[in-house]
Amino acid sequence: MATTDLRTGSLERHGLSDEQLRGMFRNMLLQRQLDNRGFQLNRQGKVPFALGSEGHEALQAGAAMAFHRGHDILAPYYRDLGLCLGIGLSPFEIMLSIFARADDHNGGRQFPNHYSSKAAGLMSFSSILAAHLPHAVGAAYAIKYRGETGRAVLATCGDGTTSEGEWHESMNFAAVHKLPFVMLVENNEWAISTPLDKQMAQPEIWKRAAGYGMPGRRFNGFDPIQTYAAVKEAMDRAHAGEGPTLVEGTCYRYLAHSTDDNDLTYRTREVVQERRKDDPVPAFEALLLEHGIVTADGVAAMRQDVLRETNEATDAAEALPYPEPADLYKHVYEGAWEPWQS
Amino acid sequence: MAVVSSTSSTVMNNVEAVRATLYEAMKNDERTVILGEDVGARGNVFLITKDFIGEFGERRVIDTPIAEASIVGIAVGMAMEGLRPIAEIQFADFIYPSFNQIVGEAAKIRYRSNGEYTCPLVIRTPYGGGVRGALSHSVSIEALFYHVPGLKIVAPAFPDDVKGLLNAAIDDPDPVLFLEHKKTYRLIKGEVPDGHYTIPLGKANVRKAGTQLTVVSYGLYLHWALEAAERLTQEGLSVEVLDLRSIRPMDKTAILNSVEKTRKLLIVHEDNKFGGIGAEISAMVAEEALFSLDAPIRRLCGPDVPSMGYAMPLEEEFMSSPAEMADAMRAMVKF
Amino acid sequence: MAIKPEAQSKLPSSFERHGLTDEQLIAIFRTMLMQRTLENRGFQLNRQGKIPFASASEGHEAVQAGAAMAFERGKDILVPYYRDLGLALGIGVTPYEVLLSLFARAADHSAGRQFPHHYASRRLGLHTISSIIAAQLPHAVGAAFALQYRGEAGRAVLTTFGDGATSEGEWHESVNFAAVHKLPIVFLCENNEWAISTPLARQMGQPDVYKRAEGYGLPGAPVDGMDPIACYEAVDEAMQRARSGGGPSLVEAKCYRFLSHTTDDDDRTYRSPDEVKARRKDDPVPCFERLLAEHGVLNAEQAEALKRSVLEETNDATDRAEAMAYPDAADLYEKVYAEGCEPWIV
Repeated sequence: MATTDLRTGSLERHGLSDEQLRGMFRNMLLQRQLDNRGFQLNRQGKVPFALGSEGHEALQAGAAMAFHRGHDILAPYYRDLGLCLGIGLSPFEIMLSIFARADDHNGGRQFPNHYSSKAAGLMSFSSILAAHLPHAVGAAYAIKYRGETGRAVLATCGDGTTSEGEWHESMNFAAVHKLPFVMLVENNEWAISTPLDKQMAQPEIWKRAAGYGMPGRRFNGFDPIQTYAAVKEAMDRAHAGEGPTLVEGTCYRYLAHSTDDNDLTYRTREVVQERRKDDPVPAFEALLLEHGIVTADGVAAMRQDVLRETNEATDAAEALPYPEPADLYKHVYEGAWEPWQS
Repeated sequence: MAVVSSTSSTVMNNVEAVRATLYEAMKNDERTVILGEDVGARGNVFLITKDFIGEFGERRVIDTPIAEASIVGIAVGMAMEGLRPIAEIQFADFIYPSFNQIVGEAAKIRYRSNGEYTCPLVIRTPYGGGVRGALSHSVSIEALFYHVPGLKIVAPAFPDDVKGLLNAAIDDPDPVLFLEHKKTYRLIKGEVPDGHYTIPLGKANVRKAGTQLTVVSYGLYLHWALEAAERLTQEGLSVEVLDLRSIRPMDKTAILNSVEKTRKLLIVHEDNKFGGIGAEISAMVAEEALFSLDAPIRRLCGPDVPSMGYAMPLEEEFMSSPAEMADAMRAMVKF
Repeated sequence: MAIKPEAQSKLPSSFERHGLTDEQLIAIFRTMLMQRTLENRGFQLNRQGKIPFASASEGHEAVQAGAAMAFERGKDILVPYYRDLGLALGIGVTPYEVLLSLFARAADHSAGRQFPHHYASRRLGLHTISSIIAAQLPHAVGAAFALQYRGEAGRAVLTTFGDGATSEGEWHESVNFAAVHKLPIVFLCENNEWAISTPLARQMGQPDVYKRAEGYGLPGAPVDGMDPIACYEAVDEAMQRARSGGGPSLVEAKCYRFLSHTTDDDDRTYRSPDEVKARRKDDPVPCFERLLAEHGVLNAEQAEALKRSVLEETNDATDRAEAMAYPDAADLYEKVYAEGCEPWIV
């Protein structure tokens, strides 16, 4: 039951309505639920691989809220489940990808979590870190080239990716051409087993912005509202033709990199446990309850609904067929796949 | 086949053919942009895009920072989002940092997204030696890339083919690596039909008909092979010379038809022998036309050393001359 | 060459020489002169049709001679780029070796394989040079890692590159790694404002390369690249930091490229001669000559004698190198691997 008993002034909501705040929270719940479902299915032997994003929920829900559907373009990486949901992908599309079904956007070709949706403005990407960033810059160039104001590219990556040469080349080009491009770094402190201090000599990625000649800022990626504010500000600048921005959201990667990783080989349970106290999902729930934006019953109902949606999506996707063997030969080129032509 | 919309033609060399074709593409399609190092103000180091920036503006003729991986990668993104970029790698020797973007990304965009996203991209680059280019301005790269499904590669030798194939590459909905032999830029002149036309990829061209030997080649060496074949004609020998033009896809029918006729095959290419294009052609012919052969297939290719050297004797040793090719041809005809 | 004692005793301390003696100042000047003379010789030989190619470094004399003075021979490692003629001379490459490279003789360090100015000298600690921009930077970082790994204090790597190279992914990856590992390396950018035809404004979003250092977590500073003493001081400070375990630095020397990129480039197609003419007033060679004259380090007569000696040495090197033989054709097959070159094993 929605409440009108809002303690105004004690919550900086940056113009977000109750409904929007609840929408962000639901996105976070859905992300966590789907994330867990992937791991569950893997443990059940139903899917060979799953990749987690626990810890990123606030960052991704907040960023998604700043994304203009039908206008902006998203160039994410493989840990952006929540961001993809937030810009309009359905749980069903997510599950199709996890189950590698023929009806998946990628026809079951790509790893799970490598979403793609031309309709949603979600650029196809690979597993190769930073390879998508020059693509994002190229897309931003195309937008500017056609004079399409009000459109921008939101590109994301992790802390590890910022070490890649292509991260650097993309940032530099975007700055030279003042492109409508926002580089959102989701700094979760780990690149598989590489901690931040082995990845870079100074831990504040946003500080590199000045070197490129673009603005940069850092925000608390565990806070979806702050995230929204920071990403919105950057996207607004891009929409208005004022050029690119580097925004860095700090969060944490609670799980291992993927189902093929065992993080106990390189960090202790205690260290992770210690960071769990900042877990953005219970934290935002508590905040919304405190300010009467949700009730306990409302949250419970939301959770049920998210579970229902997840179950429906799982069942629906699981029931669908894999791609056919003959599908292997499709879409190599527009025409024939054979290298020898007659 | 080539569709020619006019019966008049102009004599031009290969660099002029590239330039004229790019110019028309820029004029006819607003979505076309050119990006690369020194392509704007400098007009490209061979002057291919001279004055383009004046006419089309810096928005469409982009002088990029020195960053090859992102020259290709940014072009991929442009292509995914509706532009028709023509990326230039200043010398083929500089292409290696963009290897992942070409092989791991551009070639797979359509495939991995099940056709939802496509990558209509042209990457142009000058390759090949004979210009005192030494270790970093002489390399042939086709063997590194022709292996890759999802990619197309062309290497025209004549200006009329340059125009037709470049137009086809620009129209192609998939990524095409367009290789321009830099020594042929000013050396090779020919008639180029006026008006717009395309030559389909995957079609070789018999540049000289003959009966006693099939010589398959491309690029600069195609011209040397023609010269060598001409010498043999003076000696009363008949050699057929086939210009591959297109490396991936490659024209099986033309090669097999020719081999059926002459029953002998010599493959000539500048690139290193081991694992070069000649290896695939040899395997294919051995698989499909073994009993049509009266002699073992031979390959006359670049030696398996990292590069031709800067010093003249080292460059000369690396490169084959028409005389050497004539010797090889003669030996095979007489086998 | 000898300096008269009176000249030394009259020496005012009114210019900052950062501990450099007269002899060292003159050595710096001589390196600058030699760089310019050899470079001009390359262009001459090209115009005479004797060599196919020469590349330019006019405008870089101060930064290269100054940096070379900060390099410790026998200890440090140099990983330069193809425009570092002066730096190579300054650390011990001889004019004869330079001419051998221009003439592509068999006796050249690369046995005539490489372009001119692509030196290598294991003895001097000079890594083999590539034409590929920024490709040398990860190598330099690896070399620095080796020094640190073996605990070799008192040794450092000096690596150089132009403004254009800083756009390359490999520049970024190298600086980052060096910073993470606090490697004994100095990154010296010779910012001459042009990457062939690409001006600084098209190369980067803000024009100060040194400002990127903070983002990587290493110190960065600019220096006047037309002032050899300032360059010496800046590079020396950075090299000392590196040698003593203080980690890497980024030094950006602001200079200017007066000529075209190489003999195959024509800068009139992309920049105005007026711009170049205006910048000539900062030409480091005459400027330093004036400074030395003003402060009694080198008078006009001594300067002329120095120039004559440099020219003589250049002529001698030219004649000797030109008389040497090209490599044999069979040399093409040497040094592909430690042994042999054939890919098929029989």
